[in-house]
Formats: sequence, structure tokens, C-alpha cells
Amino acid sequence: MVNVKVEFLGGLDAIFEKQRTYKLNVEGPDGSTVTVGDLIDYIVQNMIKNDKDKEVFIENDTIRPGILTLINDTDWELEGEKEYVLEDGDIVSFTSTLHGG
Amino acid sequence: MSSKTEHMESEDKLANALKELEALKLENAKLREQLSGEKALDAELPMSLEEFSRYGRQMIVEDTKGIQGQIKLRDAKVLVIGAGGLGCPCLPYLAGAGVGHIGIVDNDTVETSNLHRQILHNSSKVGMLKCESAKKVLQKLNPHVSITTYPVRLGYSNAFGIFEGYDIVLDCTDTPLTRYLISDVAVCLGMTVVSASGLGTEGQLSILNFQGIGPCYRCFYPTPPPPNAVSSCQEGGVIGPCIGLVGVMMAVETLKIIMEIYTSDNFQPFLMQYAGFPQQTLRTFKMRGKKQACLCCGDQPTITRASITSGSINYELFCGKRNYNVCSPEERMTVEEFEADYWKNSGLDYILLDVRPHHHYEISHLPNTFNLTVKELRDMDGDFAKLRSKIPPVSKEKEVLVMCRHGNDSQLATRLLKDQFKIRNVRDIKGGFFKYIDNVNPSLPKY
Repeated sequence: MVNVKVEFLGGLDAIFEKQRTYKLNVEGPDGSTVTVGDLIDYIVQNMIKNDKDKEVFIENDTIRPGILTLINDTDWELEGEKEYVLEDGDIVSFTSTLHGG
Repeated sequence: MSSKTEHMESEDKLANALKELEALKLENAKLREQLSGEKALDAELPMSLEEFSRYGRQMIVEDTKGIQGQIKLRDAKVLVIGAGGLGCPCLPYLAGAGVGHIGIVDNDTVETSNLHRQILHNSSKVGMLKCESAKKVLQKLNPHVSITTYPVRLGYSNAFGIFEGYDIVLDCTDTPLTRYLISDVAVCLGMTVVSASGLGTEGQLSILNFQGIGPCYRCFYPTPPPPNAVSSCQEGGVIGPCIGLVGVMMAVETLKIIMEIYTSDNFQPFLMQYAGFPQQTLRTFKMRGKKQACLCCGDQPTITRASITSGSINYELFCGKRNYNVCSPEERMTVEEFEADYWKNSGLDYILLDVRPHHHYEISHLPNTFNLTVKELRDMDGDFAKLRSKIPPVSKEKEVLVMCRHGNDSQLATRLLKDQFKIRNVRDIKGGFFKYIDNVNPSLPKY
């Protein structure tokens, strides 16, 4: 079990009942560690209420192109992506890329 | 008064006038001397006295390194692509700061709907080229700056010709396609890109390909987003000062690049995320560096000057397009047909469905219409009871006409109503509510 904060930025809150931040208690599959991959599964299974909105967030079993994932304000590519093991107090942010100008 | 006193008075006046003339001559000579002295001093100065006072307030900020920084600004050549919501707030700060050469690329003309955020333009300039409108303001702001305008659409065939000769490029455009193109061309030419975007109440900002070492747009986004996930300001709306702030931040980053505040030693890839609502927040995310496998700036690039200019990098195909062409000609009607055959024909029994977002519908709409979005229709999964709960008079035999803002979503909705809800007679109104306003009833509010 881990306590984390997740954020949905860049308009992604639209598929999360227009709420930008959530505090979550997430249980890992084996009961011990919880990875960012587990967190994404949790979000898709429990937080996206409308099945049709899932494709806005996930594509080919990973975060959809055009969405950046940050772990504690750092690009998840620098933190091990899905393998990153979450700790209490971590902030995971998902932000949709904006294109308007 | 006697004529003698009159004579004496006029003599006095003459003497006074002569004295005054002498004094003026002296003063004139002194001023000449002073002026030539100033000129001699001027020749040794890096800029005119007027420029010293013009840039004084920024030169005395120690971080600029005074004259040294000012000369760097004067010698800098900055290309700004897009004179819209980002370009407008950014450009005057660049010109004001004394960036010596500014290029502006934009082939759009000013529209009334731009004015709430594109603050270099004004109501008297509607219809004027944005790049020319911007140039007029900037030249008045700072006559020392040379401004070149490019009233063309940036594409793979003209980009290199425009970019060459500039040091830094500012991406103030509004589509993924131009964002990839700008980044690719800048990488090929070794130019640093200040890239920003905004939509709604949020904005993002980043520096790409910094001195050829930083990550490029493709490092961040190797795969473009699906076209239906891309929203424009026209579609999604934008708050003027929110995107304006991001444009101003672009100017700050540009000045720092020019004045070498960022160096190859201290530069760290980043992405700034601004949110204007509900509380203003600005976050700086630490980002990945250059990816070795990047197709453009990586070790074995396939995106090169040759492959771009030959047109073999197909940006349209790469970024994709939303396909709205899903109705046959018989399933569509013009706004004029709608007006004559339906709207003016009070005896007809039909349903008019407006599929614009509810907050658009609330701004203005035709009377006696129903309002459901494409997403809401899709979420019903063809369940007729659900549709009837929102549109009580609907039946599979009833005629349904569908309208949206510009005639795209209404085609998607027409398809859904026919294919999923099995309503036999559904037709799309081509060009939507705005076309109807333009061609039939200009007294309705268009937003």
C-alpha cells in the first residue's frame, strides 16, 4: 500500500470528472511494492468512469503518445518509467501536450 | 508721444536686437562645438546616446552584463514563427529589448476573434496580414530593430530558405505538423528553438535543440498524438492573458539564450507548465536529454536536410488528419436548402439536433433545437431509450437534421444516428451553424 498524489494536467482532467488532483492509496499486485505501471493499471481500472475515455489515456498498453508522465516533476524516462517503485508522498503527473498558439 | 522719443525707442530696440543676435551666435557656436565633440565621442561608443537611454534600465540589471549583453542582443537574429496568441505578446519585448534582427513568419490575416489575445493587432487591422500588422507596431516601438516579414505558410520546401541567417527560432505555431517541421529544420541547421503552446487556461514552454546538444521535439514526442486528441484555440478556446503569459515567458527565455545565461554546461532540458485556473501555478519539469535513437537529432538521423527538402519526410501522413468525410452527398444539405425547405416551412415535422458543446450552444443557438454532443451520442452506444430521454419526440421514422459549428462533428453525429440508432432519415447541414449565419441569417451572434 502506498499513498501518492496523481495529477491530470493539460486538459486530461476532462476524463477524470474534471478534477485535476487525486490522493490515492494503491495496493500492489503482490501486496508489497507498487510501481508506476501498477498505478497506471489502477487509474485505468478504477478512475476512468467511461470505457470510451480509456483510449484518451492509454494506447497499446502504455500512456498514449502526446501525454508526458512525470514522477516528482521529473520525466519518467529518467526514473525507470513503469518500473519505478512508488514511495509514500510521491507525485505522479500526467500532462497532455498542448498545440495551440 | 513725440516723434523724437519714438525714434530713440526704436534705436534702443535695434541695439537690443543686435545684442541678442550676438548672444545667439555665441550660443550657436558653443552648441556646434559641443555637438562635434559628442560626435567624436559617439564614434567610439558601441551605440548611440539614444540607445543608451533606451536600454539603460535593462543594462543596469547586472545579469545582462551591461553593454556586453546589449551588443549581443543587437547582433542577434531571431525568427518568430506565428504572430498570434504567443507571438504577439513575445515580439514587443524582443524588439523593445533591442534584438537587432527579427523575422516574422505568418500568412494569416487578422480576424476579430483574434483580438482578445493577439495584442499587436487591433480592430482597425482586421483583414491585414498579421506579420505586417506586427511589424508596424514594432517599428514604432523601436526603430533600431530591423524587421523582415514572411507572409507565407511555412512548409518543407521554404523552411530552410527562411531559417538560414537566423540564430534562434521561436515556435509560436498551432499544429503538431509545424512543430515537428520547425524542430527538424532547426536541428539540421544547429539552431536553438524556444517552443511554446497554449490552450484553454494552460500553457507549456520548452527550449529545444539547445546549441545542438539539447533534446529536440522528436525526443520528447517520437510519436505524434492521434489527430482527434489535438485541439486548436479555435476549437478548444483560449484565455488571452494565459497564453499571453506564456508568450512573454518565451521572450524571457530568448533573452537568456542570447545573453548566454544558459550555457552548454548549465543547460538542463526542461518543460514549463503554466496553469491560469483555478489558482495560477507554474511548474518546471526536468526532462529527458537527447535520445540517441532520435530520428532527427540522434546518432543515425534519417531526417536530414536532403530528406526534408525533397519532400520524402511526409509530415501530413506522419501527423495524420481527422476524417470527417463520413457522409454521402445524399446525406447532406446546404444551409440554403435547410432555410428554404425546412426552417421557413412551418408545416414540416422534423427534429433539429445541434451537436456543439453545451457551453457553445448557450452562447447562441436556433430556437426549438435539441443539444447533445457527439461524445454524448457515442456514449449511449445506440441505446434508443437513452436517446429518447434526451430527445422525447425522436423515433426511427422521424426526420432528423444535424448541425454543429462548422459541419464536421455533425457528419460524425449523422453517421452515429443512422448506423447505431438506426434512424432512417438523418441529414447533415453542411458548414453548420456558422455557415448558416454567414449565408442566411447574419443577425445571429457568431462567436
